[in-house]
Amino acid sequence: MSEPVPAEPTLAIVGAGPAGLRAAQVLTEAGLRPILLDEGHRAGGQIYRRPPPGAERPAAALYGFEAGRAQALHDLADALASQIDYRPDTMVWGIAPRAPFGFDLDCLGPRGHERIAVDRLVLATGAMDRTLPFPGWTLPGVFTLGAAQIALKAQGMAIGRRVALVGAGPLLPLVAHQYAKAGATLAAVLDVTPLGAKVTAVPRLALLPGTLAKGVWYTVAGALRGLPVRSGVRAIAVEGGRQVEALTWDDARGRRHRVACDAVGASFGLRSEAQAADLAGCRFVFEPVTRQWQPERSPEGRASHPHVYLAGDGSGIGGADVAELQGERTALALLADLGRPRDAAREARLDRRLARHAGFRAALDAAYPYPHHLVDGIGDDEIVCRCEGITAGTLRRAATERDAREMNRLKALTRAGMGRCQGRVCGHAAAEILARTLAVPVETVGRLRGQAPIKPIPLREPV
Amino acid sequence: MSGLFHRLAKRSGPAIPFTIDGAPAEVQAGDLLIGAILLHRHALRRFEFGPGERAGYCLMGACQDCWVGLADGRRVRACTTRVEPGMAVVTGGVGE
Repeated sequence: MSEPVPAEPTLAIVGAGPAGLRAAQVLTEAGLRPILLDEGHRAGGQIYRRPPPGAERPAAALYGFEAGRAQALHDLADALASQIDYRPDTMVWGIAPRAPFGFDLDCLGPRGHERIAVDRLVLATGAMDRTLPFPGWTLPGVFTLGAAQIALKAQGMAIGRRVALVGAGPLLPLVAHQYAKAGATLAAVLDVTPLGAKVTAVPRLALLPGTLAKGVWYTVAGALRGLPVRSGVRAIAVEGGRQVEALTWDDARGRRHRVACDAVGASFGLRSEAQAADLAGCRFVFEPVTRQWQPERSPEGRASHPHVYLAGDGSGIGGADVAELQGERTALALLADLGRPRDAAREARLDRRLARHAGFRAALDAAYPYPHHLVDGIGDDEIVCRCEGITAGTLRRAATERDAREMNRLKALTRAGMGRCQGRVCGHAAAEILARTLAVPVETVGRLRGQAPIKPIPLREPV
Repeated sequence: MSGLFHRLAKRSGPAIPFTIDGAPAEVQAGDLLIGAILLHRHALRRFEFGPGERAGYCLMGACQDCWVGLADGRRVRACTTRVEPGMAVVTGGVGE
């Protein structure tokens, strides 16, 4: 680093899930006092989400076989509380560069709006469900799989009385297992990827019993025995007038099936929440296996911007265990950049473990191939943008009749990605639809740029 | 009145009174507004760009599908708002 390093740098971590909490731990061990900005009410993030005060339940009931890790992380959050500047219920909605270096963070929290000047930034912003449109997906009662899980973990509620779950990733068997264990009635558990791919992948997956491995393991090892699990499902559709009434699908042989249900949890893998990295000026790269643009991250966790560090699912989908390791590793890189003494053995140990996880990740991706058949089946009448009701046909016509060849052009012409969610829900599907219409690889249509405010700000702030 | 969500884990603790379109309802301390409403209703709001109603989607503050109005003029995201005693939700009769 050529610029002078202040004696007491101001460090901020955005996100208080597994990655952000481990990063905070490493920085406090070095005698620093980072600011931890958490949109949530209690640190823990989404996968180990803690219920609000008053809704607590035993960890074993909430997190199942993840109870030990969840409890450890929550204990860490409690232990760190007095050593860090923890800001719950605080949304970072804007990030702007400062001269000569560092960032201004625009935040909205319990005390209203606040601008915080920081020297270095750790982004641990996590992921949300990746969604694809299918008939009936905007009916009340259709949620993401993540939502189905949060209802259970944070509230002890099921999303319906007869619930169908649909997925293309390890979250599906996990949520199904958790719902069954909690006493919910499951009408169907449908995997849109083939079972054969998982059976092939199991020998490699069994080497590493992480969170994600357990999902695959549960699918093939029969832990879901007795549940209506089907793999290789295609052409899913929700029926209903005012709300969900049934789910229909084609099985692998092309036969149509129908079950009555009043709620559906459906999503197809995860997508990184990367708007903050975009505003901070980080370079993005296309990740071909999960088919998404993510901020470029070095193996040690450095972003392309010299004062930004990345960890967890916000910069590459790896799951909670990887997020913890990356949070620790990226904070060590930050300390090294501050000129602090290095622990080479600790760095090497983390690097070895992360490399092992990366190999395992490849096996997992093979077990859950991308569901191209769902994208191919999106009809012209289908709503793609939930915010404003923009259809697939509108997107396709913008490509063929108005020469939209890139996502931000598509957004300007159709408003897809301009609604309240800023393309978090529709952006992935819109890119896949645009690329197919143009018959080009999906990476060539680019990505929606993040814009401040990255989430809606209420006009009347808390008083 | 039964709604979309179904409480599986009963817990003790004080009941929280609130209203939906003026009708009194009760939930439990620690409930989020989205759960509080959907225990009694099947939807949260009308879709403003076309026909139909919406009941939320991601439950993690990302999709912005669950904004609801309160009688005091506030608009809140139901999945990130904790229900408070006396809260008065105004939906215009959605999801009954």
